Amino acid sequence: MPTAATPTTAARWAGPALLALVIAAALYLVVVVYATGELLLAGTLLVICTLAVWIYSARSTYAFRYLFPGIAAALVFVVFPMLYTITIGFSNYSSRNLLEFPRAEAYFLSETFRAEGSTFEFSLHPAGDEFRGRLVDAETQKTFQFGPLALAATRVLEVTAEEEPSGAAALPVPVTLKDLIGHQKALQGLTVKLPSGVKVRMAGLREFATVQPLWVKQADGSLKNQENGNVIKPNRESGFFETAAGEKIQPGFQVPIGWDNYRRIFTEQRFREPFVRIFAWTVLFSGLTVLFATSLGMLLAVLLNWDALSFKGTYRMLLFLPYAVPGFISILVFKGLFNQNVGEINLILSSLFGIKPQWFSDPLLAKTMLLIVNTWLGFPYMMVICMGLIKAIPADLYEASAVAGAGPLTNFWSITLPLILKPLTPLLISSFAFNFNNFVLISLLTGGRPDFLDTTVPAGTTDLLVSYTYRIAFQDSGQNYGLAAAISTVIFLMVAVVSLVQMRFTKVVEDEKR
Amino acid sequence: MAIVLDRSHRWRVVAAHVFLACLCALVIFPFLIVISISLRPGNFATGSIIPQTISLEHWRFALGLPFQDANGRLIEPDLPVLRWLWNSVKVATLSALICLFLSTTAAYAFARMKFRGKKQALTGLMLMQMFPSVLALVAIYAIFDRIGNAFPAFGIDTHWALLLAYSGGIALHIWTIKGYYDTIPYEIEEAAKVDGATPWQAFRLVLLPMAVPILMVVFLLAFIGAIIEYPVASILLKRQDLLTMAVGSKMFLYEQKYLWGDFAAAAILSGLPITIVFMLAQKWMISGLTAGGIKG
Repeated sequence: MPTAATPTTAARWAGPALLALVIAAALYLVVVVYATGELLLAGTLLVICTLAVWIYSARSTYAFRYLFPGIAAALVFVVFPMLYTITIGFSNYSSRNLLEFPRAEAYFLSETFRAEGSTFEFSLHPAGDEFRGRLVDAETQKTFQFGPLALAATRVLEVTAEEEPSGAAALPVPVTLKDLIGHQKALQGLTVKLPSGVKVRMAGLREFATVQPLWVKQADGSLKNQENGNVIKPNRESGFFETAAGEKIQPGFQVPIGWDNYRRIFTEQRFREPFVRIFAWTVLFSGLTVLFATSLGMLLAVLLNWDALSFKGTYRMLLFLPYAVPGFISILVFKGLFNQNVGEINLILSSLFGIKPQWFSDPLLAKTMLLIVNTWLGFPYMMVICMGLIKAIPADLYEASAVAGAGPLTNFWSITLPLILKPLTPLLISSFAFNFNNFVLISLLTGGRPDFLDTTVPAGTTDLLVSYTYRIAFQDSGQNYGLAAAISTVIFLMVAVVSLVQMRFTKVVEDEKR
Repeated sequence: MAIVLDRSHRWRVVAAHVFLACLCALVIFPFLIVISISLRPGNFATGSIIPQTISLEHWRFALGLPFQDANGRLIEPDLPVLRWLWNSVKVATLSALICLFLSTTAAYAFARMKFRGKKQALTGLMLMQMFPSVLALVAIYAIFDRIGNAFPAFGIDTHWALLLAYSGGIALHIWTIKGYYDTIPYEIEEAAKVDGATPWQAFRLVLLPMAVPILMVVFLLAFIGAIIEYPVASILLKRQDLLTMAVGSKMFLYEQKYLWGDFAAAAILSGLPITIVFMLAQKWMISGLTAGGIKG
């Protein structure tokens, strides 16, 4: 590598100075994140920053200076989520066990109860951009004031209140209930210390009272209830704090549960049954889609390569249209067109044949509709690919067959199809894999409905495995992220197998080209 | 090609034309209906394909202007279509720029430099794009939930989260750009280096200007990819005014609230520009797309 011209003194110092600055900023960031309790995030950041500093300062890593940003982004936002999915699959992460242990514990420790003592009537008064609070003792009518406070951020804060001097100017009109509710979060973090030393906290929207933490942590990690003396212990097996009698207290926390999620999918009847049915439909759906789209696309490609035909350019452009229109728009257009009561398709069908098919409530018709729409969406791609492949077939083959007196059908079955099928196979497999995970179509058109009537777990007759996963994770059935991640992992494995097959075929095609 | 034409030849040509015309009609039908619906009053499929009375109420709805309904009341549009469109364009432009920056630099190293693990890294990138992000939705949600605890500006319900999530999907772009760099002779950069250019200068001032066509293609691919992306956006964005068009469009067609006409106008408004861009760019894009599957 030729060395550049000798740098000036300023340039020589600019590099290290910048480096020091970046290191300082990165360390500060890591500490800030660490302080919020996100250990994993802090660790990831630390690793990324260390790598970045090393790569951009060492000479031996020159090539990686160009690679680092892209590869890091791909690793953090594509590879890591996949590995993380597998990890979640082995945990009980769900809406019942949402928090990590430290956060669940912190939740309990932040709970309060109202201890004995006087209560205070509370009102909040605007003071410029800030606010003043006013407390009136319910028994003695003694009045205290605190503030001004910005109440902009939710954080734990302790302020001292002072007794309101008699004859002081009255505070402005208190804020409305709506504004008060808006500031409720910030107010709840507030502890007000009265001149007498008593500490009070918000007990209701218009009330402050002496409050104490409900739970106190003991040496062995258990929590003791200050109000009734109960003791709860964290159970690392079930992911809950439990009383001596074994009663689970919400909220739970995340714990690893081994193969339980997989055991549920494959052995528990109520999960296995929908899983098997949905898997069968997923395979059928992707297989038929590839079959229909490819057949139609290939037929059109053959027609559009026919010399005797005119207007080929126009046909080609019109037939390409479904591919050019954004998928989410055409799918939703079909959702409207197929609408059972007010859709155009049923309008036409009922005026022509007097029938109104129930596209969205009959399972078989819903599946038919999905296949129709997906073929409509998918054939232009196959058409374009096949046209390219057919163009590459040497013309003398057809001339020879014409001399032999063969018709167009013979030409297709014995020349065109055998010659394009091989290079097409890898694309057919990737198209199968794509439709295996065609979440957008299902989610926007049917949402998986109509549901099975005979399963205990909500599952749809038109659900693919991916949309079923999405359902378990983000819709009905209790947001069970762990189970969803386990199913995703199973799909990962299936996709991996399909990819291996595809790579083998691609390799065969490439080897033959040489 | 001189071949003897038999009598059935003409009939076959006619039959092919009829078949193709019918198919074209089937392809065009949904689009014609959508145009027609966007122009006729009411949200229900009544009346003919060519509307008897032209009403601009749906277009006013899509553009966020108040309009008068059938009962004579003034209706304020409650779905911020233009806002969604703007969100889509903003996210897609930024994400395409980020992808472009990340993939051009990485592709340069892959095309021109020697380093350990290069072949494995390239294969890894190929493998990576076989697993769609929709399979990792749970993890993506959990990750951004955690990031949001530390940096609210990058958590769930922010456009930054979406941009970060999209920035990883560059495997295919790296391959495309690397393929193009490989076709540019190395000697030109070599000459620049002999004249004293650093590798960065050779990349920035010599190679990059020659690669502009492929950069445009990758920018368009990334842009369209981000505009039509639905699964990740649907879990990361919740607040109505932050949604992108792909997520927001769904709001028109609920059983309880069925805004067919308004959807039609919004669909044309957002779909037409993308379609035109796609049709214009398709010549270059087909080659880059062959690695994908059937589009959905």
